[in-house]
Amino acid sequence: MNFKTLLLGAVAAVISTAAMAEDLKMAVTTSFANSGLAEVLLPKVAEDTGINVQLLIVGTGQALALGEAGDVDAVLVHSKAAEEKWLAAGNGTHRREIMYNDFVFIGPKEDPAKAGAAEAATGALQAIASQEAPFVSRGDDSGTHKMELRLWQAAGVEPAGDWYRAVGQGMGAALNTASGMNAYIMSDRASWLKFANKGDLGIVFEGDPVLFNQYAFLPVNPEKHPHVRNDLAMQLEDWLVSDTAKELINGYTIDGQTLFVFNAEQ
Amino acid sequence: MNSIGEGLWQAAQLIVQLDSDLVEITSLSLRVSLGATIVASAIGLPLGAWLAVNRFPARRLVIALLNALMGLPPVVVGLMVYVIFSRSGPLGVLGLLFTPTVMVIAQVVIITPIIASVAHQAIRELWADYHDLLISLQATRWQRIRTLLWDGRRALMTASLAGFGRAIGEVGAIMIVGGNIDHATRVLTTAIALETGKGEFEMALALGFVLIGLAIAVNLALHFLSRTERGARW
Repeated sequence: MNFKTLLLGAVAAVISTAAMAEDLKMAVTTSFANSGLAEVLLPKVAEDTGINVQLLIVGTGQALALGEAGDVDAVLVHSKAAEEKWLAAGNGTHRREIMYNDFVFIGPKEDPAKAGAAEAATGALQAIASQEAPFVSRGDDSGTHKMELRLWQAAGVEPAGDWYRAVGQGMGAALNTASGMNAYIMSDRASWLKFANKGDLGIVFEGDPVLFNQYAFLPVNPEKHPHVRNDLAMQLEDWLVSDTAKELINGYTIDGQTLFVFNAEQ
Repeated sequence: MNSIGEGLWQAAQLIVQLDSDLVEITSLSLRVSLGATIVASAIGLPLGAWLAVNRFPARRLVIALLNALMGLPPVVVGLMVYVIFSRSGPLGVLGLLFTPTVMVIAQVVIITPIIASVAHQAIRELWADYHDLLISLQATRWQRIRTLLWDGRRALMTASLAGFGRAIGEVGAIMIVGGNIDHATRVLTTAIALETGKGEFEMALALGFVLIGLAIAVNLALHFLSRTERGARW
């Protein structure tokens, strides 16, 4: 085989792969990606629809900003108030709820602040604040951070002082910090279960319904950004609410624990 | 803490098995950073030489500016490049965001000042030696620059390698403009940041060792090809 045929072959290979798989860019939250669910869903998406989903793993704040700028075709995030504001500004076509997971409070296993004894999530936070036990906050305007701030507000506590550490980073980095400081932190269950550097930390509080965390899929508005692949986003949405997705999402477990509950209206 | 030992062990395993993901992100790291080094050298080396040979009013200001830009935080460069190449930005129509091309552009911005500054320093000293000779030979300005670049090539290689070193280890800018997309724009440094975020310190360290090995290999290869640091030869 001479050089020319080799080159032609390479060019043909590039063209054919480009035609086969269509790329869709989706901004997702760190919690979705770190949970490992993406690695289960995306290969199946590619197989069923031919869409190659390229994930941009960022916080909810940045995910919505990327969508607003038209740099991605869709976003999958979990912060309803921020999502609705984003939609009202004309950045997306609609909001489709897909699934939920829940938040848990992580802390030192011996639980010095007795947060685990609380009846409700707000009570657990009050216990931590009254003991001024070290608490790590994401502090990055992500969905998890916003949820945490709402809970502090509901608990009637102004989180401030030496014990409250806002790290301004993703879930993993914040968990690393908490693990290093042996501090309390709020995390989504999936990120926590997947997290490999648990140290002396464990789940101290869980199960309050206010800790449920709804994920929604929002296609970027093609009227605002004509170049976005709204056709692919719609195909992906159809897949995400299908029975195949339902089975995969509900069936995804780590250490025997279900992480996500499918609740899309089909 | 035996994380470091385990990291080394995992690095060795990944390399021996020629793990396909590792090969992919390593070769992208190499392509992006070498590409940026070549482009930045093409701009920075002549610029450094030109600044050494020419006298003009704002010369000191330009040199001071260049030196200051060496400390430019990559994340700021990343953000600026993002804003320019975002779909809502002035060059958004090119659709370059989240591609290796824009990662090269961001790294060129970061390392050109370094290459130009180091080159300027080296050429200035050489110029002091060559000044009388080149003037008496009545060499044109372009001939002077060419002579200095050629005779100072070893020092200039150091300038380029300094730029490469900064590029290959850079994470802030390429994370923002590249997006760390699996199988598209993920490179060694962004993969390390991702693994650290997952708490997978051994894997992160393993990739770190691969990165260090890669930097050493590139430096050795260049020294070998340019026959520097060998025996009697200077």
